[in-house]
Amino acid sequence: MTSTTTQGEGPTRFVRVGRHPTTVVSVTVVLLLAAVFAVGGKDNGLVTQSIVTGLLLGGVYALVSIGLTLIFGVLGVVNFAQGSMLTMSMYVVYALVSGPGLPVYLATLLAIPVMFAFGMFVQHFLLNRLTSTGSHEGPLLVTLGLQLLIANVLLMIFSGRPKSVGTPFDGSFEMLGAIASYSRVIAFAGAVLVGIALTLVLRRTSLGLSIRAVAANAQGAALVGVNVRRVYALTFGIGAASVAVAGGLMTPFTSLTPSVGEQFTILAFVIVVLGGLGSVLGATIGGLVIGLVQTVGALYLPGTGSLILVFAVFVMVLFLRPQGLYGAK
Amino acid sequence: MSLLQVEGLTKTFAGLTAVDSVDIAVADRVFLGIIGPNGAGKTTLFSLLAGSQPPTAGRVVFDDVDITGWSAQKVARAGLVRTFQLMRPFESMSVLENVTIASLAQRSRKDARRHALGVLERVQLAQYAGTSSGSLPTAGLKRLELARALAMEPRMILLDEVLAGLVPAERAPMIELLRELHGDGLTVMFVEHIMAAVMALSERLVVMHDGRVLTQGVPAEVIAEPQVVEAYLGEDY
Amino acid sequence: MTDTTARPAAAHELPAADDPRLKDTWARRQLLVLVAGVAVLSTLPLFLGEQAQSVAIRTLIFAIMAVGWNLMSGFGGMFSFGHAAFFGIGAYTGAYLLVDHGISPWISMVVAAVLSAAVGVAIAYLCLRYKLAGSYFALATFAFAQMFLLIVQNVDALHKTEGFNVEILPSDSWSMLQFQQGDPLYFWIPLAILAAAVLVSILYVRSRAGQYAQAVRDDEVAASSLGINTMRARLIAVALSCGVTAVAGVYYTQYYFFVGPEQAFGSAVSVEAIVPAVIGGIGTIWGPVIGAMVVGPLSELVATVLRNPPGFLSFLQGTSGLDVAVYATLLIVIVIVMPKGIFGTIRDRWRS
Repeated sequence: MTSTTTQGEGPTRFVRVGRHPTTVVSVTVVLLLAAVFAVGGKDNGLVTQSIVTGLLLGGVYALVSIGLTLIFGVLGVVNFAQGSMLTMSMYVVYALVSGPGLPVYLATLLAIPVMFAFGMFVQHFLLNRLTSTGSHEGPLLVTLGLQLLIANVLLMIFSGRPKSVGTPFDGSFEMLGAIASYSRVIAFAGAVLVGIALTLVLRRTSLGLSIRAVAANAQGAALVGVNVRRVYALTFGIGAASVAVAGGLMTPFTSLTPSVGEQFTILAFVIVVLGGLGSVLGATIGGLVIGLVQTVGALYLPGTGSLILVFAVFVMVLFLRPQGLYGAK
Repeated sequence: MSLLQVEGLTKTFAGLTAVDSVDIAVADRVFLGIIGPNGAGKTTLFSLLAGSQPPTAGRVVFDDVDITGWSAQKVARAGLVRTFQLMRPFESMSVLENVTIASLAQRSRKDARRHALGVLERVQLAQYAGTSSGSLPTAGLKRLELARALAMEPRMILLDEVLAGLVPAERAPMIELLRELHGDGLTVMFVEHIMAAVMALSERLVVMHDGRVLTQGVPAEVIAEPQVVEAYLGEDY
Repeated sequence: MTDTTARPAAAHELPAADDPRLKDTWARRQLLVLVAGVAVLSTLPLFLGEQAQSVAIRTLIFAIMAVGWNLMSGFGGMFSFGHAAFFGIGAYTGAYLLVDHGISPWISMVVAAVLSAAVGVAIAYLCLRYKLAGSYFALATFAFAQMFLLIVQNVDALHKTEGFNVEILPSDSWSMLQFQQGDPLYFWIPLAILAAAVLVSILYVRSRAGQYAQAVRDDEVAASSLGINTMRARLIAVALSCGVTAVAGVYYTQYYFFVGPEQAFGSAVSVEAIVPAVIGGIGTIWGPVIGAMVVGPLSELVATVLRNPPGFLSFLQGTSGLDVAVYATLLIVIVIVMPKGIFGTIRDRWRS
């Protein structure tokens, strides 16, 4: 318990740093990128390309992470199946494209209610009893089981052979001196739109108000007439739906395998911890930062190496600011 | 010479001062009561003394050693042990095992078990030795809290509302037990709302209000002071 | 600083040393069960064919990992989602020392256990110092395991993604832990390791350190107010847990003659440590072992069914993934319906 004494001064120190996290993060990122340009020893065009790719990628990461952070903020559950739900939505889109032959973006729209219903189902039938007892480990284990279940059921249905889905908007264009494919730009734009829409829902609607009330204090919310169970189920549904959007938008430039989403669980955790568990804004910024770390890092550590950097960031955040950039203590 | 000397002890939480420059001296083998309306800072004071939280300012000297800022674990080993208002048993363990955990601080495992059973007999809980601690009724849990603290063989014990939650019939034996323990030479500081118990047991009385010591002294005189009456009337009645 | 004899609370009388209420036969009973269990299981190679024996050995490796996992997650209350890190350290220490330096796996077991315990303590210390608890702790351990996986995949000295192949010796060697394929020793050795791991659990649970760790798990604040060094209590649990798990890793490399990054550090390995313990019963001595006995043969059982499926399951022929899907379902159902696991639930029924 010696740490208690050190903790005494700890938070105040961090609060000062964290008072304007957006500024701090932006300045750090810009400085680091400037350093890469100036002394990184890489071709400038290449760096620009990685930055653009990183930001585009980061937008999608952000969307997956928003789902995760929302579920955590409201239910207190870390959804280990988030990555598998992403895979699942990709296969739903794939099935709609390869079966009835729908265009991929229409299929994405249809995948949203499917995943929303799936999310509500999971919360209502699998997690509800455990979340109401306040156990941490139970829900974590259930979602772990769910992750395995989804990945392996997909494996049984679709086999492990990689699948791909075409896009009506093939090709790419030049942007800020870098090449960006249409499908990636659409994915980014879609992610941003959904992110904004979600924020508006949370801030402006009565549903959003109930969700925020339950997140702040479930018992209190119940006392003033909020149906907590319903809010829980809806939140999980929304979390799953945002993953459906991300999954659908990513299908055109992703090679589908039943384990493709797995790394996103990890990435989304890192992003959510970076942004502070429960913070939507934090998840967005965190997503962009991690996207950049990954693509710019890949210039120096090719292959899986750039993921090491992502984890390095994660470990740093965990130990320097365990409440995340935007998390309240 | 006081066993416990508290000087200017202060704790602020985000601008709110829960304990505000408290000075208290407790002589060896004294039974000291602390009263005060809800939110007066009594439990926070206990947390500061026991090392559960570090103070913002001030000094705590116990048995001539400055223990300010010590961890709870070190304070307990030094002989100053607290109990909790909301009972905190180790629920996966039996009553005897709960107490043995505390006894282990001073002795081998075998001796600790025997010692712990002795403590349970002392607090009249021995018949529940093998029961799961989670299934004890409130009165039993209160005694378990006390037993665990006693098993540490403290010189001084901080009791946080050991009578709260007991029905009147259960209070008298508890008061009697505390009186006996004190008679054996234990120094006690206790926070309590039940005035009959406070008046029956305390040799000295401290009244806290808004984080400060309002007044302290001989119980009968203290509670007659107009400011004490006012503090209570203003809050609770 | 204080004269103990002057402490007044000692004034009570000690009960007689042979007071029946002091009797604690728990550890003795567990040891009896352990001896009986090992005796029964050690006869298994006499009945099992080669295929069945390899399933049994896999099950034993699961069981050792799960017993190890349970030490910190069950008794210590610190959920690890990254035990692959410690299994992997074991597997790679064994492989590296054997393949590159010709060192006996028996020595590697000791080295790996110490190394893994040290790494585990370092990780846990960092996490606990910054008050990461519950889900955060689980995620942090998960992240560390993933990081180790990535690092191993990118380090030349560890053969990157290629892994290590253990050279097959021409003759049996106790010192190098190699025998004829199908030799019952390949079963008896991990059985002995498992027995040792269970023995460690039994002794630990009743030891001072183990009692403290359980007290801290139940209520950290109360524990520290009773003079318990909560950090030390937890780190001891972590060290034991990681050490035991690493030994399973060393044996893995030895038995399969090969280890790669995914087999050692992959997230599936962490799952293999968690699932048996959860199914059998977290925080019990026998839960992890029983859970492993359920999960271990499951893949084989499912594979057998699929090779020759009954009519209504014929659509599953030729698919893969069913085995994991089955045990994932089992995991979900157990957590929801029997949170104390098979052994924990039965034990509670028995008691009441």
